Amino acid sequence: MTERQGVSGFFLDRVLPIGVVVLVILMLWYGFAVLLNSKFELDQAARAGTEISTRDLVAKTMAQERPVLPAPHQVATELWDTTVNKKITSKRSLVYHGWVTLSSTLLGFLMGTLLGIGLAVAIVHSRVLDKSLMPWIITSQTVPILAIAPMIIVVLNAIGISGLLPKAMISTYLSFFPVAVGMVKGLRSPDTMHMDLMRTYNATQAQVFFKLRWPSAVPFLFTSMKIAVAISLVGAIVGELPTGAVAGLGARLLTGSYYGQTIQIWTALIGAAVLAAILVWAVDIVSRIVMRNMGMAR
Amino acid sequence: MNYSIIISVALFWMVAWFINTRLAELSPKNMIAARAINLLIPLLFGVTLIVIWEGLAKGFEIPGVLLPAPSVIWARITASIDILWADFYQTFLKAVLAGYVMGCGFGFATAIIVDKVPFLRKGLLPVGNLVAALPIVGIAPIMVMWFGFDWPSKAAVVVVMTFFPMLVNTVAGLEASNAMERDLMRTYAANYWQTLLKLRLPAAMPFIFNALKINSTLALIGAIVAEFFGTPIVGMGFRISTEVGRMNIDMVWAEIFVAALAGSLSYGLIALLERAVTFWHPSYRN
Repeated sequence: MTERQGVSGFFLDRVLPIGVVVLVILMLWYGFAVLLNSKFELDQAARAGTEISTRDLVAKTMAQERPVLPAPHQVATELWDTTVNKKITSKRSLVYHGWVTLSSTLLGFLMGTLLGIGLAVAIVHSRVLDKSLMPWIITSQTVPILAIAPMIIVVLNAIGISGLLPKAMISTYLSFFPVAVGMVKGLRSPDTMHMDLMRTYNATQAQVFFKLRWPSAVPFLFTSMKIAVAISLVGAIVGELPTGAVAGLGARLLTGSYYGQTIQIWTALIGAAVLAAILVWAVDIVSRIVMRNMGMAR
Repeated sequence: MNYSIIISVALFWMVAWFINTRLAELSPKNMIAARAINLLIPLLFGVTLIVIWEGLAKGFEIPGVLLPAPSVIWARITASIDILWADFYQTFLKAVLAGYVMGCGFGFATAIIVDKVPFLRKGLLPVGNLVAALPIVGIAPIMVMWFGFDWPSKAAVVVVMTFFPMLVNTVAGLEASNAMERDLMRTYAANYWQTLLKLRLPAAMPFIFNALKINSTLALIGAIVAEFFGTPIVGMGFRISTEVGRMNIDMVWAEIFVAALAGSLSYGLIALLERAVTFWHPSYRN
């Protein structure tokens, strides 16, 4: 695929195709909203013994209290309403719930990244650990941790650990894996020539680590951190499901599904999506800055 | 507290660690011996972990509500095979398999279409990349509302979760063959379908298998989490959430064991299949 240059190229290769796809998705969404919600309205009309015109039908399907599929503008209104029009400290504010989720996501992400780096460093420097630990790290991810999430939360609650930490631990379990695997790869990425050069300098293991292994592992670190931050968010959201739906985006999903508040579910979903996009984007920005300062800009 | 158990566990740990250190230093010329050692080391490590777990649970007399000992869990597994099988049948054989096959199939088909139409590739791929990073499990309550409590709603969650990794990976894989190889196909006067089937799809296989592996764990997670939002009274997710409520933690661990076993086996199966299909790939050649 040849890339076109300049502003028109940016428009033709980026804005236009993505815009069209997003537009098509929105149109499909509206179409399905009318289709799925019309059954309820037709039932209502039949029960009242009145005929309903197509125009009324379409208008009504987009303004239901508890639609099967809310129309995009309903979700947008709710989103605006719960972020801008509510006080941040209010229990009905999406910002408040988003903040609860975000704080456990970040804590879990931080712990997971540190754990992953620690494991990778140990694995790279010890043959025993490499052979004994690595297969189990891979096996650990075939355990559907999200499925154990409720148990971890309940058990930790029983011994008095509650609040942020249990949720963060689920994020940690999910996020350490990509970091550990990526960092093992990264710390081993310096080629034999470079390692030999360090040997001729009579460098100690610590020097080899800080001057050669670590710098060459940094690009790998950021790539894995992007994956890690996204799944940390998933972990935090699922971790909020079994806590009795106190606070957080996961709790909004759960209460929404209990009371059939579809608009609330969709709003929480969009909120989570925006949060995920921001987090990944933030890691990307940091990685660009760090890479440029290290002289590795592409 | 039982000191003799704790001391013997510590002794076992040290002996096992010593043996492993020795084993790791060996580098036998014999291929079979080398492979056996590579299997033995993680095995010994795993056994050590279980022994330590058992010893700590027994030695410190940790209440079963917090952390049941492996022997207790095993007793529970053997005692309730029929319940575990029913849950496994409902969650894995119905929801996960159906959703996995459909999600991967749709993802693959969409990728072929996207690859053929450059405009779609430019537009759909960034959107797909974004969606692949989103917390898709969140749609579980919506799917339960749409498709009811039984397995179709779980399968629907699995379809959506597995679709995007497959799409993104396959599209990336279809670009993996290089210009030289494509030119060669041109000199053979191969048409689009011949090039696709004989060159580009085989070259895309490592990427496709990568997606299949990612999806195998995602599918299990999706189905189990979707069951938290409503199920008939059977299924692994249902069992986990209710038994947690009744503080039957050993039953929960039994379900986790089944889930881990199913996850590892399907991962292993896909890895074997990958070896057979992509035998030509550098990572499998010696």
